[in-house]
Amino acid sequence: MKILYFAWLRSKIGTGEEDLTPPADVVTVGQIMAWLSTRSPGHAEAFAKPALIRAAVNQDFAGLDQPVGADDELAFFPPVTGG
Amino acid sequence: MIRVQSEDFDPGAEIARLSGLGPATGAVASFLGLVRGDDDLVAMTLEHYPGMTERQLASIEEEARRRWKLLDVSIIHRFGRLLPGDRIVLVVVASSHRGEAFAACEFLMDWLKTKAPFWKLEERSGHEDWVAAKSDDEQRSDRW
Repeated sequence: MKILYFAWLRSKIGTGEEDLTPPADVVTVGQIMAWLSTRSPGHAEAFAKPALIRAAVNQDFAGLDQPVGADDELAFFPPVTGG
Repeated sequence: MIRVQSEDFDPGAEIARLSGLGPATGAVASFLGLVRGDDDLVAMTLEHYPGMTERQLASIEEEARRRWKLLDVSIIHRFGRLLPGDRIVLVVVASSHRGEAFAACEFLMDWLKTKAPFWKLEERSGHEDWVAAKSDDEQRSDRW
């Protein structure tokens, strides 16, 4: 699964993109966040406050309960600040 | 028309383009956003999510066209490192009457602020900070 990070999540994790295969029982956006936070101190810091994080699956905003498949593109980022 | 680009744009040319659509056009409203150089800001870098940005902007434009009778919509948003006074974003709306043009232009900016995946990194002397989302922007977006 392709996982993308933007803004301060990217800085804390140290990369903008990872190709990972979560365990079979890690299925939803929220479960993947919890699993990712165990991968490194940087991941743990990035995902420390889940309320500050937004997610997108295949480039559409997604909630914590949304399931993500192996071929999906998953992205994590802070609330947007464009304009 | 939606453009996401690092290079500058010409607001006058875009307004002229939407003014020349034909006799049904009676109103063209526009909003131009600039980098505000307050609190000793040195530069602002805009990051975005290529692909999702265009997709979200297209869906915001589609929603505006559902709500108001619009003849054309143009959204240009820059990314990359920008300096105080630089242009960031342009929204131009053409319609038959000013009511639709004003309303749609404001709606597009309010929704863009909370739904288009851009993030701002501010550079001040010696440090860089990511801009936090404002609850005021959320409220302005939710009122539509």
